[in-house]
Amino acid sequence: MTSISLFEILVKIIGAIVIAFLGIVIGLFYKGIDRKLAARMQARVGPPIRQPFLDFFKLMIKENIVPENAVPWIFNGAPIMTLVSSITILLYLPVGNIPPILSGYGDIVLIIYLLTLPAIGMVVGGFASGSPYANIGAQREMVMMMSYELPLVTAVIALGWKLSQVYPQLNVFSLVAINANPIWGLVGPLGFIGAILLFITLAAVTPGELSKIPFDAPEAETELAGGILVEYSGRNLALFGLTDAVKTIVMTSLTVALFFPYGISHLLAFNGAFALIVDTLFFLVKIFLVMFFEVTFIRVAVARLKIDQVSFAYWIPVSIIGLLGLMLIVLDTIIV
Amino acid sequence: MSKETYSIPIGPVHPSLKEPVTFNFEIYGEHIENVNLAPGDNHRGIEFMGMQRNLIQIIYLAERICGICSASHPFAFCRAVENAAGIEIPERAQYIRVIIAELERIHSHILWAGVAAHELGFDSVLYLSWRAREEVLDLLEYLTGNRINYGIFMVGGVRRDISEEQIPRIRKTLGYYKDIYSKIEDIFLNDPTIALRTKNVGVLTKEDALNFCAVGPTARASGVKKDIRQDQPYSAYADLEVKAITPDVLTGVVNGDVYDRIIVRLLELVQSIQIIEQCLENMPAGEIIAEKKLVKLLNQLKKAKGEGIGRHEAPRGECIHYVKLNESEFPEVWKARAPTYNNLMSWVPMLLGQQIADIPIVIASIDPCIACMDRVTILNKDNGQKKVLTKKDLHELSVQKTRRITP
Repeated sequence: MTSISLFEILVKIIGAIVIAFLGIVIGLFYKGIDRKLAARMQARVGPPIRQPFLDFFKLMIKENIVPENAVPWIFNGAPIMTLVSSITILLYLPVGNIPPILSGYGDIVLIIYLLTLPAIGMVVGGFASGSPYANIGAQREMVMMMSYELPLVTAVIALGWKLSQVYPQLNVFSLVAINANPIWGLVGPLGFIGAILLFITLAAVTPGELSKIPFDAPEAETELAGGILVEYSGRNLALFGLTDAVKTIVMTSLTVALFFPYGISHLLAFNGAFALIVDTLFFLVKIFLVMFFEVTFIRVAVARLKIDQVSFAYWIPVSIIGLLGLMLIVLDTIIV
Repeated sequence: MSKETYSIPIGPVHPSLKEPVTFNFEIYGEHIENVNLAPGDNHRGIEFMGMQRNLIQIIYLAERICGICSASHPFAFCRAVENAAGIEIPERAQYIRVIIAELERIHSHILWAGVAAHELGFDSVLYLSWRAREEVLDLLEYLTGNRINYGIFMVGGVRRDISEEQIPRIRKTLGYYKDIYSKIEDIFLNDPTIALRTKNVGVLTKEDALNFCAVGPTARASGVKKDIRQDQPYSAYADLEVKAITPDVLTGVVNGDVYDRIIVRLLELVQSIQIIEQCLENMPAGEIIAEKKLVKLLNQLKKAKGEGIGRHEAPRGECIHYVKLNESEFPEVWKARAPTYNNLMSWVPMLLGQQIADIPIVIASIDPCIACMDRVTILNKDNGQKKVLTKKDLHELSVQKTRRITP
């Protein structure tokens, strides 16, 4: 690592602030669209698209209640930790053709570690709230974390391994490298099927990571009255709302970066700043589509699973699909 | 290693409960080790209020015991009063009563289906099924003037006739439900996630159903062929040959789980449609009420003396009303027993050994109506404490009363 000038540090700090701000705004905006679309599919009118913003501002001026049994510093710290860690992941993710701000300071393995942090923050916050409902929610969140880690890691490792076989000289786990070399171009027919299976695996992990139906057992409204979040109110709940919005962007961007890193600017023969804008817009469209199919569509189409069924689903079927995908990609490489 | 359980309270206010009732669960991990049920949060003293009113005023009070059973309670109450006062009801009125009661069953079962889906976290089905429910509510409004509290029952008959011009509108609604029934059935019986959440969940064995005197779809789903419309036919049901529906009609086996309760209610939807169609075909012409003049009727009731029992198979099970008339304006005793009261204790075997996640759907599966059920609360006026009377206490009180009245 070469030494960095003060200017570069300044650029990175400003970039980080811009990315964090955009991540939150776009996340809340997408949450609004998600709610509206879900409502339309459920034969409802639905809230206006700006509703998540209204919710946020409303919650910020509401009283922040800390329950008597809670451990205040952990209880208040957990929402900040979850928000900060999810924003940190955003800084490692490429937006269209723009390389990530913290490119070179960590790779996709770090992202996988960081992805567990919001979940851990919620678990800690849940345990610290001193409510039986939150306790059960936190236990469930832990179980779920353990369940979806294996399929998630399988999908990511398989892509990295394949890349390392094709370009041994690259830093294969850096997202820039993965972004520049889409998996679909590197594999033969067998590997293509494998890649599809890996995509299905990641798509199954996404609702779990975001605690959305069918994998919303930790928050289960009708069972636990909000579970982990049951004691949270005011500013803390608003921060959790932001975390949820940012996490949606993180998971969808990750899917896009791993599987659909294509831009359209070169097809339309644009270049320079204009190409950058077009690609960024196209990226937003892509993450919207991923969100629609992986979150909105699934959550209106199924019922909530019980926590043992969630674990089973992730450990057996989803893991098998993931490992099968990995095997096909390995086979593809060996045979060719 | 000893099991360390912890307790969680569900209720009196909780998202999975539509009405206030309290459960205390002993939980080990995610498993329910013990259930403690403490009803009595929704007692409104309706029977006491009724005993300060004349019998016609009580009909409207009975209607408001519960918003969903707003045909069942007046139906049973009117039958009790007619039974006590010896009033004969014209045949046409009996048919109209059955039509309204069966329309209520359609709306109640669809409402239940939506609530059950919501408890499972399947909100789309909640919205879609409640949209389907609108049609029958519109029809009820068209026939009776009201969507929920119909105000059509009267001692000795009904207050409104169903005219020839209204019949095509009824047929249109029945046709609508026939059309969408296959969709409803497909959603509830073939959806993999609903099956995952409801099969082998909240099992009530036939033995337990009999022991706990379960009624209605709860008992029928456990294989108890019990339906007042079949066992002791009344009103127009006597002409119609209603059969109690058990889940083995569709699947060939009786498991007594939540899935079976869904099957029973869906099949009863079809049954209700058939009953209404038969009623429309066979409905005789004639009067709709025994005594048109209310003052005359009231005077007649004022002179009546005796006890009467009225039973009706409400959507949730058997609903019984008891009245004792004593030659006065007000009844001496009015007692309503709603089906939920019987089904209450069957929650315990259903919930034991299940997971926390099963609590909402199991509670919803008996279609509880706490407002119907809560009749007695013992409050100590001096210290304001609520008290629970056990079987022993009640026996002691009975012995005391017997000693008091027999010198």
